[in-house]
Order: sequence, then C-alpha cells, then structure tokens
Amino acid sequence: MRHVYFDHNATTPVAPQVLEAVVSCLGQTYGNASSIHYFGQAAKQRLEAARRQLAALIHANATEVVFTAGGTESDNMALLGMARTARPVSGRRHVITTAIEHPAVLAACAQLEREGVAVTRLPVGAAGVIDPGDLRTALRPETALVSVMHANNETGVIQPVEEIARITREAGVPFHADGVQALGKLPVDVKALGVDFYSMSAHKLYAPKGVGALYIRKGVRFSPLLFGGHHERDRRPGTENVPGIVGFGAAAELASQSADDLPQMASFRQKLEQAVLDRIPGTGVNGAGSPRVPNTTNIYFNGIDGEALVIALDLRGFAVSTGSACSSGAVTPSHVLTAMGLPPERARASIRFSLGLSNTAEQVDALAEALEESVAHLRRISVHA
Amino acid sequence: MSGGVDSSTVAALLARQGRSVIGLTMQLWNQRRLPELVPEGGATGRCCSLDDVYDARRVAEQIGIPYYVVNFEEQFEERVVAPFVEEYLAGRTPIPCTLCNNYIKFDRFLEMADAVGAHHIATGHYARVRQRDGRYQLLRAVDPSKDQTYFLFGLTQQQLARTLFPLGEMTKTEVRALARSFDLAVAAKSDSQEICFVPNGDYAGFLSAWLRERGERVPSAAGPIVNSAGRTLGAHAGVHHFTVGQRRGLGIAAGEPLYVIRTDPESQQVVVGGQHELLRSQLAATEVNWISIASPSQPVRAQVKIRNKHAAAAAWIEASAEGRVEVNFDEPQRAITPGQAAVFYQEDLVLGGGWIE
Repeated sequence: MRHVYFDHNATTPVAPQVLEAVVSCLGQTYGNASSIHYFGQAAKQRLEAARRQLAALIHANATEVVFTAGGTESDNMALLGMARTARPVSGRRHVITTAIEHPAVLAACAQLEREGVAVTRLPVGAAGVIDPGDLRTALRPETALVSVMHANNETGVIQPVEEIARITREAGVPFHADGVQALGKLPVDVKALGVDFYSMSAHKLYAPKGVGALYIRKGVRFSPLLFGGHHERDRRPGTENVPGIVGFGAAAELASQSADDLPQMASFRQKLEQAVLDRIPGTGVNGAGSPRVPNTTNIYFNGIDGEALVIALDLRGFAVSTGSACSSGAVTPSHVLTAMGLPPERARASIRFSLGLSNTAEQVDALAEALEESVAHLRRISVHA
Repeated sequence: MSGGVDSSTVAALLARQGRSVIGLTMQLWNQRRLPELVPEGGATGRCCSLDDVYDARRVAEQIGIPYYVVNFEEQFEERVVAPFVEEYLAGRTPIPCTLCNNYIKFDRFLEMADAVGAHHIATGHYARVRQRDGRYQLLRAVDPSKDQTYFLFGLTQQQLARTLFPLGEMTKTEVRALARSFDLAVAAKSDSQEICFVPNGDYAGFLSAWLRERGERVPSAAGPIVNSAGRTLGAHAGVHHFTVGQRRGLGIAAGEPLYVIRTDPESQQVVVGGQHELLRSQLAATEVNWISIASPSQPVRAQVKIRNKHAAAAAWIEASAEGRVEVNFDEPQRAITPGQAAVFYQEDLVLGGGWIE
C-alpha cells in the first residue's frame, strides 16, 4: 500500500538539499565548534553560516538567534528564563498566555504556577483568536512576560501578533511568540512583528528533529536555564549540534525560496475543504473565518470518533491526526477546540490535515475520496452502536 | 494487546495463520492518576503502563501488523471504575473485570473493530466458543487453572459471534511454549493481577484516593463489629474494608477463628461469626444472562460457581422473576458474597450467570 503524508504540522520529511548539507557535515565537518584548531574552525564556520541563514529568514541579526534542541526547549527557555530574570530584579510574578498554546508553553506555565508565579490564560472566541482588549485588561504592573503563539498547530489560526506587540511594548512587558507552526508557512519578520522572543523548530521546516532556535531581541535581559560552557553567547551551553543546525540553516534558505509555493498549497487546502464540505454532510472547518496558515485545516465530521477515523484512514494509507501528536494515544478532547467553544463531542469528531510542499492535487483528491468512504462507513456502524 | 504473553501470542498466532490482523491496545487507565497510591519502587500488576504499551508495540512490530493505542479511559471510568467504587460503598464485593468485559472489551472494542473494518476480535482470554443448535455457546477453557468464563457470562450472542478465543484450547504452559517458539520477548512475562487499576490490591486505599480526587468526602463508615447475637466485639474503620468470609484484619482476639458473615452499610455494622455461620444453601441472582441456552422455563440442574476460585457446586436454578433466579445448592456453600457473580455450568458449557444479591 502507498502511504501519503498529510501530517506536516507533526513533523516534515527532510528536504533533499537539507539532507545533503547534514550528511556532508556529519562526515566531514565533525569538529567541535569551540575548538581552536582547523577542524573546530570549520565547524564554527558552518554553525555561524547556519545562524545567518536562519536570521535572514526571520529578518533578525545573527547574534539574536540562539540554537536549542527544539521548539519545546525554546518555549521553556523563554518562559522559565524570563520569569527567572524578572523576579529577583523587579518582583514581577505574573505571566500572561492563552488557552490554546502548545503544551510546551502551557506545561511550562503550569510549572511557573507551582513556583508561585500567577498565570493568566486569555480565552479565544469561536474564531480561535484572542481579543487584544483582553490582553490590555490582563496586564498588571508585575507582569513579567506575555506569551502568545503565532499560528496554532491544530487549526492553523494566526494570532494578531503585531497588535499584541504594540500593547506589550506600551506596557513595557517582554513578548514571546511561539512561532513553531508559523515559520515557513508565513513570512516572518521579527522586527515588523515586534516580538522580543520567537520560538522555532527545525523539523517543522523540512530539517531534522532535535534542533530549534529562540530569537532573543538584542537588549532584552535574559537568564539561561542550563549552565555549562560559554556556547551561544552564554545563553545556551552545550556542544552545538552542528549537523542539525546546518540542516536548519539549509532549510531556512529553502524556505525563503519555497515561499512562492505557498499559494499552491493554499489552493490544495481549499480543494480539500471544498471536497469535504460538498461531498460529506455534517462537516465544517474549525476556525474557517480566521486568517490561517496555508497548509492547515481542521475539520469536524459530526457523529464520528476522530480517533477511529485517524486509524481507518491510516489503514487506507493516509496519515492525518486528531490534533497534537500524543505518544500514549491519550485523548481528552482538544484543549484548542474546546477553548473555541466546540462541545466535547464535536471536538472529538475533529481531524487535522496539514499539507506539505510535496503533496499533489491527486493526493488531495484521493484523500477526499477515502474520507468520504471512511466517514460513511463509520456513520453506518455507529447507528448500530 | 495488553503487552502480556497471552494476547501477544494470539496476535502472533493469527498473523502466522495468514489472517489480516490489526493490533489494538486499549488505554483504560491513566497511570499518572492517584500517584499517592504508588509505593516507592513502583506498584505491581498495573494495567496500561507505558511498559506494557511498549511491549505490545514491540510484538506488533515483530510480527509485522499495524498497531494502534485506542483510548477508552472515559468509558472505563464511567462503566467500570465508578460502579466498582459504588458497589464497595454499598457493602458489596464487585467484579470490575466482568463489567470491563461487558462494556469495554466486548462492546466499545467491538465498535473500534467495526471502525477499522475488522470482522472479528480476538483476545487472550481462556475460554472457548462453539456453534450449536443455532446459537453461539461459551465453554470453559481446556486449562481449568486459567479458565476465565466466570468473567464472561455477560456476553451476548452478537458478541460471541464475532469473538475468537484462540487460547481456549491450550494450557498456559503451551501458550508460553508457543510464545517462545515465536521468539516473543514477552514469553516469560509474569501474569497480571485481577483488578488492574488498583495498585498492589489496596482497594480501600484506591476508594479513598478516587473519592478525594473527585472532591468527595470518603464516607465515614466506622462502626461496630458485632456477632450474630448483636453483641459488640470491637470497632472497624469502614464496612468497605471487609468482604464476606474475610478473617484477617478484624483485630479481635477470640477463642474460635472469626470471619465476616456480612456487612451492613446502613447500620455500619460488620457481623462476624464462626466458620459454620458462613454457610448458606441459597442465593438470589439478578440481571441474569443465559448466554448459551434460551431462557429456561423449568428449573435447571447445574453446577454453580459463586466466585472465580470456587469449585462449582451442584444446584437447582429456578427463575423467580424477569431476569432473576434463585439458586438452591445441594450442599451449603461457604461465603456467598453479594456483588460477586453466580455462574451456571453444565460440565464445560456455560449456561449463564447473574449478580449475587
């Protein structure tokens, strides 16, 4: 059976050019980037070239990019690091985030709460977008950080990051945006967005897993989470994962070229949504009316158990997801969809489709057909249940 | 696929036979819940642990079948765990495994089988199914020490029709040998406990922790321990700590060994007495399911099991009302316990069963 991948928000395949860069680095540029000698210098050069490539993609200075081990670390670094920086200096013990963040942000906030930091979680409306007015109201003199994701991993809905940044700047509060699901799917200009921190992950961008980055705006005070060597300008110690970072750099360069392919991706997404809405009754797109990244759609199929549909589609060769990937297969209804006001049974009946650069129109047609059959089958048997 | 040797062997066996097999593990209980119950060094015999899922996934990979974890925690909570707690608080001794079979393993799981287009479900239970006289009949497993039909009396014809029990014809020793011949890493894994979600068998501790988690107070059920003449012999911390026939944990020094004869949640009394007071010749059972035969209009001669490890005893079974029967044993039986099942056999054939009142 042929397997087709529609789960690019979970992770992406490594692009051939990226693979080539990583392999050449693994085989040849194996030095420790901190070493003085020829080998170390070669590694350092590739490390810094990658930093410039990623900085160019997000319109940052290379010195503002800190490489990490992934999006989760970047989010934790911004949240825990900022809370740690702010507290002893000014007694700031309050963080504002949203109800729809990735667990890497929400669980870090829960940890801050256990450490005595107050956390405000802004609600979203049915559209999946926060109301900037709510943010204004939630700000307190002791607010240490505002953390709002750029694009949501489950729905693709984009938050008004520029507007949030204007509010936080006025209030003098640092602003972290989790950009893991936006990078490569939207033009990202950290200066124009006005963010102080921006989390990124390589494996959502056709580069390997285990590499991420955190943009830290020049001039922002920041405490590291880990202690060791002087790597990454004392912000993130540990011998750099040079091959992974080189892959991230190559992927960043590719992303600026492949921006031209995004309209086509959006048209495939449109084609999929249209086919589902036309051919399968009792369906709808969650967050449809909001600005969204072009590759993601989250669709509910009334009366269907989403988990069963994911398995049924997998057995037909189509990889999709019920939301964020979870290793143990646990399913409480999606916190994102629940926050958007979906009743639990509709949240459980929702499926995320996330397209990638290699998906074709034929694959989208085949997926729509498989969906039509699988949903009809599942609805037929649930009548007997 | 629980990750144990039985279901792993079933999966491997069916795959070897060339059947199209899909492996599913039911996630029934979140192991992160009620951490206070887990002693240092970990609990034994728990279901749905990450290790078990790992083992099941390994087996699926080894035999080359698709494998998924499906989450039934919510149904398990509603249909198995909550009734389990309720029953204990009502002074009965419940069997969650039967509820799990009736409502999860052979119901919700069968729906999932439908969803993935499977015609049958196969499990590692030790039992047999045959077709006879236009019905599907449930029979005891060939290995009497492993027979699980006591927990399966609630299944329906539709459920039996779609169920395969490949281990019913084998002994446990043969199953382990087969697992070794398939080179399964779980071949030597030890057997699981009966109540999989209660760590270390501490069900009273589980009850308290579960109620606390729901923000409910553990009912203060402390009361007197009395003998059948009504004389107070001591005190206890709650009727749910006791089950009929129990001898240990009474804290009473007496000339003859004392046993729990019955518990009464109303008066919060635990009634104790000598061995002979545990004997009864009669019981009433409700929610009776005649699994292998049509509902009988005449009294039926059968061997009746009143708990899993009970040697079935000869009795007459007579319907007293819709879904109710009275069971009259030839010889008095020890510790007939409300909440347990009475399961009716004719030799290997499981006629049916019900819940002891």
